[in-house]
Amino acid sequence: MPRRARAGLAIPLLLLLAFVGVPLVGTEYWIGAILLPFLVLSLAGLGLNLLTGYAGQTSIGSGGFMAVGAFATFGFVVHGGVPLPLALLLAGLAAAGAGLVFGLPSDRIKGFYLMVSSLAAQFFFEWLFQKFPWFYNYGSSGTIALPRIAVFGLDVGSTLGRYYLTLTIVAGLTWFAANLMRSQTGRSFMAVRDMDTAAAVIGIPVYRAKLLAFAVSSFYLGIAGALWAFAYLGSASVQSFGISRSFQILFIIIIGGMGSIAGNFIGAAFISLLPLAIDHVAQALFAGHVDAGLLQNIEKAVFGVLIIWFLIKEPDGLARLFQTIGARLANWLRP
Amino acid sequence: MTHPTSTIASELLLDVRSVSLAFKGVKAISDLSFSVERGEICALIGPNGAGKSSLLNILNGVYLADSGEIVFAGEHFHRIEPLEAARRGIARTFQNNALFKKMSVIDNILAGLARHTASSFLAQGLRLPSARREEARLREQAEDILAFLDLQPHRHVVVGTLPYGVQKRVELARALVGRPTLLLLDEPLAGMNAGEKAEMSGFIAAINRHLGVTVVLIEHDVGIVMNLAGHIVVLDYGRKIGDGTPAQVRASPDVIAAYLGTRH
Repeated sequence: MPRRARAGLAIPLLLLLAFVGVPLVGTEYWIGAILLPFLVLSLAGLGLNLLTGYAGQTSIGSGGFMAVGAFATFGFVVHGGVPLPLALLLAGLAAAGAGLVFGLPSDRIKGFYLMVSSLAAQFFFEWLFQKFPWFYNYGSSGTIALPRIAVFGLDVGSTLGRYYLTLTIVAGLTWFAANLMRSQTGRSFMAVRDMDTAAAVIGIPVYRAKLLAFAVSSFYLGIAGALWAFAYLGSASVQSFGISRSFQILFIIIIGGMGSIAGNFIGAAFISLLPLAIDHVAQALFAGHVDAGLLQNIEKAVFGVLIIWFLIKEPDGLARLFQTIGARLANWLRP
Repeated sequence: MTHPTSTIASELLLDVRSVSLAFKGVKAISDLSFSVERGEICALIGPNGAGKSSLLNILNGVYLADSGEIVFAGEHFHRIEPLEAARRGIARTFQNNALFKKMSVIDNILAGLARHTASSFLAQGLRLPSARREEARLREQAEDILAFLDLQPHRHVVVGTLPYGVQKRVELARALVGRPTLLLLDEPLAGMNAGEKAEMSGFIAAINRHLGVTVVLIEHDVGIVMNLAGHIVVLDYGRKIGDGTPAQVRASPDVIAAYLGTRH
């Protein structure tokens, strides 16, 4: 397969760029305020994509599971005295458990109705982590922050340290997800997505596949939530994981591409970079002439219009668009 | 693909006993009994609405019969779940293809091996040697079927984009790859031209003969059925009106009446 061969070269190059190139040339602002959130959002997109894009189970509860990851990490570190890497893993497992529970209705409920029922997860966790001060260690503001970010005794609290921590986790989990989706588990997910009756008839345990999708997806979202809170924001509260966060993650996978691993990164880049680009253009053209608040709203409208335009052009997402363009280029370059 | 061809003669694989099914009071199948011997090709024929597809749906657990029982490989069932039917070696294809449309041909076929997969998702995600060995073995099996049904040129094509006739063969491949004991085919020749029909019935005969799979199929093309099947069951309005060899069925007055229409 030529596609596999191309990807085989592209991925080591991307990793080299991310691990060596970026820290060499990137400024503090670029790494801490743009690349870090981009990576975390990509991971969250990946988590939701496993569930929605691959296994076909719709959800707008992503923010809730991210909150579980963040608050559980905080709880394990502060209440349990667990070292960070282990706390992250345990928090991911806690989120996976939460996902499993909220995936139970998927046996009976499908499509749009399942999406609505996933709202229950969103609102339940928002309520839970606000209602009981134990979760944020009785602080007055309801926010959570880690005293120190260290991995195996090594302090990684600096921007570069947090970048490397995030990058390593995102790279590892992306590798795992790509492997999983290319194996029998991935095929079972997609079979359930494409036609669940036929999946059962050929011997795929449909409900088990759905529950596994919920658990794995929520594990990823939980880790993403913890990284969002402690590697990117520094301190977070329930508001960091509201319903708008869930929608943001959903837009990432719709724009990037359902059922695509690369699509999550493309979608996250689009969602986090395009508003910046629009802002730059708008500031350069209209700053001082137009009211700042109005300008902000216009920027949002332009962003929305661009999303609609892209989706009309390529309903399968940007990952597919790039693939098509790549194939055309390859055709064109061929002698 | 090694499979024991014809075991002891006249051993019953499937015994349908007094099965009835109604949809909201409308009888689809009434008190139907027939049996299928191991290693034969049994055809279910009859006009539209005779209850043929409903019967297949009962056999692999998609529908629940109102009464009666099914004996499969010596075990008695009133109800069997689709997943359980698959595990016990009952495979099937659908009248209107039920493929995984966004997946490639090879992935569709590999999905048919889900119940033969032992490695955990962790082993698969971490690419542990055990999972990689298993994946290689599964791919080998899928390649065997791909070659058997002449599907290699389409290996990486997304099935939704394939012509109808090829999709039918992919569905057959997906049903076959799990090495079923009993294969249920719902109108495997529907919508095909004469050439495709001949090719497909050749595949069905080969599956039966070389892989030793017992086949129960529904088909409207009586000419082909008479050549392909050794045993024919005729249904009309949910009742059995004929059961026997092609020659016996062809001579039966009830069958002639149902097909050609007579005054009663």
